[in-house]
Amino acid sequence: MHYIFEAAFFSSVPVRNAAELGAVVSLVSAVVGVFTVIRSQSFAGHALTDVATSGGAVGAFFGINALAGFIGGAVVGAGSMELIGVQRARRRDVATGIVLGAATGISALYLYLDTTSSASTGVTQQILFGSIFSVAPSTLPEAALAGAGVLIVVATIWRPLLLSSLSYDVASARGIPTRAIGVVFMLAMSVSVGLSSLAIGSILSTALLIGPAAAALRVTRSVRAAVVVSCVLGVVATWLGILLAYDSYDWEPSSQGLPVSFFVVVVVVAMYLVSGLAVFRRRALVARGGAALRVPEAPLREPRTVA
Amino acid sequence: MALPRDARTTPVLEVDDISVSFGARVVLDHVSFEIHPGEFTGLIGSNGVGKTTLLRVILGLQRPSSGEIRIGGVARGTGRQSVGYVPQKVLLDPDVPLRARDLVALGIDAHRYGWRRRSAEDLRRVHETLEAVDALSFADARVGDLSGGEQQRVLIAHALISRPGLLLLDEPLANLDPRSAQDIVALLHRVSTHHDVAILLSAHEMNALLPVMDRIVYVTGGRAASGTTEEVVRTDVLSALYGHHVDVLQLHGRVLVVAEPDDATDHLASHPTLRMD
Repeated sequence: MHYIFEAAFFSSVPVRNAAELGAVVSLVSAVVGVFTVIRSQSFAGHALTDVATSGGAVGAFFGINALAGFIGGAVVGAGSMELIGVQRARRRDVATGIVLGAATGISALYLYLDTTSSASTGVTQQILFGSIFSVAPSTLPEAALAGAGVLIVVATIWRPLLLSSLSYDVASARGIPTRAIGVVFMLAMSVSVGLSSLAIGSILSTALLIGPAAAALRVTRSVRAAVVVSCVLGVVATWLGILLAYDSYDWEPSSQGLPVSFFVVVVVVAMYLVSGLAVFRRRALVARGGAALRVPEAPLREPRTVA
Repeated sequence: MALPRDARTTPVLEVDDISVSFGARVVLDHVSFEIHPGEFTGLIGSNGVGKTTLLRVILGLQRPSSGEIRIGGVARGTGRQSVGYVPQKVLLDPDVPLRARDLVALGIDAHRYGWRRRSAEDLRRVHETLEAVDALSFADARVGDLSGGEQQRVLIAHALISRPGLLLLDEPLANLDPRSAQDIVALLHRVSTHHDVAILLSAHEMNALLPVMDRIVYVTGGRAASGTTEEVVRTDVLSALYGHHVDVLQLHGRVLVVAEPDDATDHLASHPTLRMD
């Protein structure tokens, strides 16, 4: 008899490390992801994962700590986007595209150099698809520290960030330093992307950034609730991914195991699709006059005249 | 609250000789006017004459080529100034779970950093402001799910809750059906009279505002004329402003600004009160 939850799963040190790192990464991605979706910066988030790839590839070539490579690359990318101009949607799109193109070129060069210099594809695979089972235990405190920093920053700028995400002009008119808030958030997103690149690989880290947040935003009634639900979905997706990847070593016929990142993405996509049911339900209610959205009808008013 | 009673002699807004150019194109050419506490002012002009640019200059979002903005007698940009703003377009995505009452509450504390629970007093203010704009019935709905008129009410409540002395609204009547537009105008008039808030509202059509306007700022060709409606919407004033003869007609309580026949083809399309169809 084959059990998904085997005793060895819970006693395995790599699994425990992966679960702890996965939880940290998921929480940070979930919180940052909510604002990324509200700010319509999903493309920028995806671009940062590609920039993180180049950071990871350069770091691997020069023997730099993987986490530092990912985060460093993403931070440089975010700074470049900001320099070119991210405060307006159109310029932001162009800036993101330019940085994305440059980063992809650098990634291609250093991934090639990493592969040819070490005569192994292992480094490339770790950068692109993650290495959550083989991350050094010493990396966990570093990741937790970086993640805590991001969460503290987002909590500190929460309200100015929320209003500037909803309307740049209204926030600016209120005297909120929208440009500075945007820069700080991009840096927070860089660290988040760097962390998730380490866990599930740079190619798929966008899924962890966007998926749980997008699903949570669909099923909740306040941004604060969306953050909580996004955190729960992110952690569940990551832990389920770890469990299924661990279990896949027993799957016939190859029994070679499948990557965690693949399973995480599958779970995240499934969550997003299921959350679509909430959208259908809400739209149906709105179409019927929003009965469930409103408090009991106010008494009909007499038509007013302007005088 | 608006400015204190003893400051009523000070204009809440002074637009002093403002010019704005984008390259060789002059958008605003030495525009000057003032607004006093509690006044309802219509900023009238056809699309593309620079109304939004002027509002952005007043808000400090656009640097003028020359001139100065003073709010409550203080130059724009020096210190914290009490100006509420309702923009022309806010993309309120239905997928963003933001309730109307949450958006209004952001009007109290969006500039604050750190984590702080809203006090009972804050929540009471949110309730009262929603009530003042007749928005209580949809206070818990997602803002993105509301109709255009309902969203305008919520955005007005968001702007009002910080108790500004001056409220700027950029084309709040655009895309509203006549009934909703009439309701919004009545609401704003009530706000300006009961709460002593000066209102500057841009629109390309003046007729909906005629019963409530204390003052009009009529913009065309980068230039502006300001005063009461009777002072500005006159043949001689508008002819001078347009640089050619126009007639001002009163018809069933509505004002029509009509170009002379020879100029009709060139100017009808840009007139604020007439359309080619």
